[in-house]
Amino acid sequence: MASLRTWLRGAALGAAALAALSLPGAARAQDTIKVGILHSLSGTMAISETTLKDVMLMLIDEQNRKGGLLGKKLEPVVVDPASNWPLFAEKARELLSVDKVAAVFGCWTSVSRKSVLPVFEELDGILFYPVQYEGEESSRNVFYTGAAPNQQAIPAVDYLMNEEGVKRWVLAGTDYVYPRTTNKILEAYLKTKGVADADIMINYTPFGHSDWQNIVAQIKKFGSAGKKTAVVSTINGDANVPFYKELGNQGIKATDIPVVAFSVGEEELAGIDTKPLIGHLAAWNYFESVDVPSNKAFIDEWHGFTKKPNRTTNDPMEAHYIGFNMWVKAVEKAGTTQPDKVIDAMIGVTVPNLTGGYAAMMPNHHITKPVLIGEVQGDGQFNVVWQTPGTVVAQEWSPYLEGSRDLIADWRKPLSCGNFNVKTGKCGGASK
Amino acid sequence: MTLLRVLLLLLVLSPFVARAGDDPIADLAGNYDDIRHAVDALSVSGNARAEPVIAALQNGALMVAADRSLWIREGDAMLDARSGAPGSPNGPLKPVRLNNAVRRAIEAAMGNLTLFSADPARRLKAAQALFAQPDPAALPTLDRALAKESVAGVRRLLQQAQAAAVLAGADAPIPDRLAAIVVLRARGDLAASNLLAALAGQPPEVAAAAAEGVAAIARAQKIWALAQGVFYGISLGSVLLLAASGLAITFGVMGVINMAHGEMVMLGAYTTFVVQQAVGAWLPGLAAAGVLIAIPLAFIVSGAVGIAIERLLISFLYGRPLETLLATWGLSLGLQQAVRSLFGASNRDVSTPGWMSGAAQWGGVTITFNRLYIIIFAAFVLAALMAVLRATPLGLQMRAVTQNRRMAAAMGIRTPWIDALTFGLGSGVAGMAGVALSQIDNVSPNLGQGYIIDSFMVVVFGGVGNLWGTLVSALTLGIVNKFLEPVAGAVLGKIFVLVLLILFIQRKPRGLFPLKGRAVEA
Repeated sequence: MASLRTWLRGAALGAAALAALSLPGAARAQDTIKVGILHSLSGTMAISETTLKDVMLMLIDEQNRKGGLLGKKLEPVVVDPASNWPLFAEKARELLSVDKVAAVFGCWTSVSRKSVLPVFEELDGILFYPVQYEGEESSRNVFYTGAAPNQQAIPAVDYLMNEEGVKRWVLAGTDYVYPRTTNKILEAYLKTKGVADADIMINYTPFGHSDWQNIVAQIKKFGSAGKKTAVVSTINGDANVPFYKELGNQGIKATDIPVVAFSVGEEELAGIDTKPLIGHLAAWNYFESVDVPSNKAFIDEWHGFTKKPNRTTNDPMEAHYIGFNMWVKAVEKAGTTQPDKVIDAMIGVTVPNLTGGYAAMMPNHHITKPVLIGEVQGDGQFNVVWQTPGTVVAQEWSPYLEGSRDLIADWRKPLSCGNFNVKTGKCGGASK
Repeated sequence: MTLLRVLLLLLVLSPFVARAGDDPIADLAGNYDDIRHAVDALSVSGNARAEPVIAALQNGALMVAADRSLWIREGDAMLDARSGAPGSPNGPLKPVRLNNAVRRAIEAAMGNLTLFSADPARRLKAAQALFAQPDPAALPTLDRALAKESVAGVRRLLQQAQAAAVLAGADAPIPDRLAAIVVLRARGDLAASNLLAALAGQPPEVAAAAAEGVAAIARAQKIWALAQGVFYGISLGSVLLLAASGLAITFGVMGVINMAHGEMVMLGAYTTFVVQQAVGAWLPGLAAAGVLIAIPLAFIVSGAVGIAIERLLISFLYGRPLETLLATWGLSLGLQQAVRSLFGASNRDVSTPGWMSGAAQWGGVTITFNRLYIIIFAAFVLAALMAVLRATPLGLQMRAVTQNRRMAAAMGIRTPWIDALTFGLGSGVAGMAGVALSQIDNVSPNLGQGYIIDSFMVVVFGGVGNLWGTLVSALTLGIVNKFLEPVAGAVLGKIFVLVLLILFIQRKPRGLFPLKGRAVEA
């Protein structure tokens, strides 16, 4: 009998102890700030986006080790939109209304951004978009930490024109919105520089194009008109490897016809033997090879976090690094994670970038960036051969396009408009 | 202090310095412009160290120390750039970086410096480099080289390089320039046309002759372009044929709509990657043959996976094409994700062995070796497949089973086994296609998706169940595609091909070479 009582008492004590233990646990769970990560982990875009999910986990982990934010721990919420554009909108809605995340870091392709945009505007969320894109957009709920065309494409063309003396241009791209808009801007820009129609060749190929024989031969022919020729490539993702292989096979060297690419980074070069590509160019706002202490620390931490000592870093990763630090700073400044307050606090926030300078969030929700031109090296890295003297402010509405020439975005009160027409003095629609 | 050091340095190095303050080797430690000028100056300086120093610069072996002294890395040893004597630099070294302008200068300089080499192959390369970077300053050197040259091929190239250099200068007399135009016109390729086209601003008779030369080259190129287009078409056709011939077995002979066919191709490509890694790690001597070793292994891997799929999935779904389609499609997504988890989402680097890279020039047609080998490989695979179907007991049993399953079973053939083996054969062939595709496309989990639609198109167009039909249809689609592409663009070209195909299937629903007989009605 006694033993049963003892047992019962023991059990009761145990239960009480368990309850006591679990209660603060439950309280702790409520005391986290949730951060949404909306990157494809399967499907075609997994190749690029998985890395960004990893870098976000690293940044959140690091912030937690520094003591979290506003005295609370950060908690990542990872969802997989599976490279499926409508699913992006669904997952974004889930993050905002079910998980109630304070901010979302995500998207890669423009179409995925366009797909989630109405969700973020409706539910008043915050999205950090880390990839270079075609511009022509500014939303109150989105912070664009990637490059606008004037922070990547136009300086690259300037470099070729001034340093390599290029007179004839091939604009080659994959057939979707980013290359088409960028090429439209570049074509208009080249024409203002006095390049004739006959000296511009524009070529589009489908996603994942793998047979480049004809097109490379065409480029070769176009380049044999007695003027220095260069290729400006907005070819996306998977199609690049066969493109560069074909260039190498047909014997087009960077000294003959250099190719400057806007979508080829360290990650993409990992799948190619780069020896035949030495001297081809890429324009970005960050290269892994940039030799400054902050970048070295970042790379070391990345290798430590992923436990893979040769995993590369790339430009969109830097964009997330900047975006995350800006968000942390803005939340501290606002003293809350409430989106409305954080959005207002974001403008003017300045954080160090990884190339030895600073990035500032401008009123158009884009950040200032230096532009770097790198040459492909034999080891799959880039050697920076040129860079802008300071940072460049994004032109979200291109001055070279008919429809956007007179528009500006300024989210400071009282203007608070993403597409203000300076000619008519009216805010044109997108603003709430 | 620094001034003193520079003075001291100059004093020590005075035997190598032609004039004080004009030291090209020291300039190699400067910025890109300095380096470019230094290379130009070195190549005509007559300095004995010019060739090794510039060659080291070209190979990335030239290093600069913190005190701006220059060193050449040779294996583990460090040689002083000026003297060639081994030494030990103080402080860490950085390689001298290049940009494209410097690379061009180096090519021209190496041309200049190796023009008198004893080896005709090196002289040929030198002449090519000089042709590619025409420089009037190199004319005296070229004249001397021409006077000595006895090998006809090198001589012709030297003359072309001389012509290019004459035209690049502003002070050559008009008859010389006209003669140079004739030489370039005879060369007749795009590079020559490029040089001639640059002469538009010259005196009228020169400009006229140049324009005529450009036109003549353009006429000849037009005819060559036709031949080139056919080569491109055959090459694309051979890729389609490789991707489709496995499907011609599984879909064509067995009637299974296998949406996971592309993933069999992908598995073959990953097998190539694994083989290459393994060979690189354990048998580095065989690295160049890694691709060849991968061919049978890819066949076995994809074939085994194919047999497993047939036994575990498809055998339960015979006669239910819609369910087969859905099940295999799900399987294809599963296989992709499995490979993605196993190998990572990024592309894998399958290197192209030396004997497969590069190109040969046949008149105006560029034949790239990797494409040529793929054409040969596709022909070989098709022939082997036909031989298996026609001349082996397995082939006989396969045909028996597909033509009349019940009769074949009555004759003692184990039809379920034959089904599995047939499916394995088709999958294995797809795996071999993967080996070829790893040479021209990304090795990524999505590799197969790009080929599945094209493969079905080829099989349907050629006539289901007929390997000859598959061959003809792959080549036709390839050539039509390649001739449409320059006219309509790659995107529209593909659409046109698809529309043409739909119209054709409307008229001939069974494809180019339909099977006849009772099997069709069954």
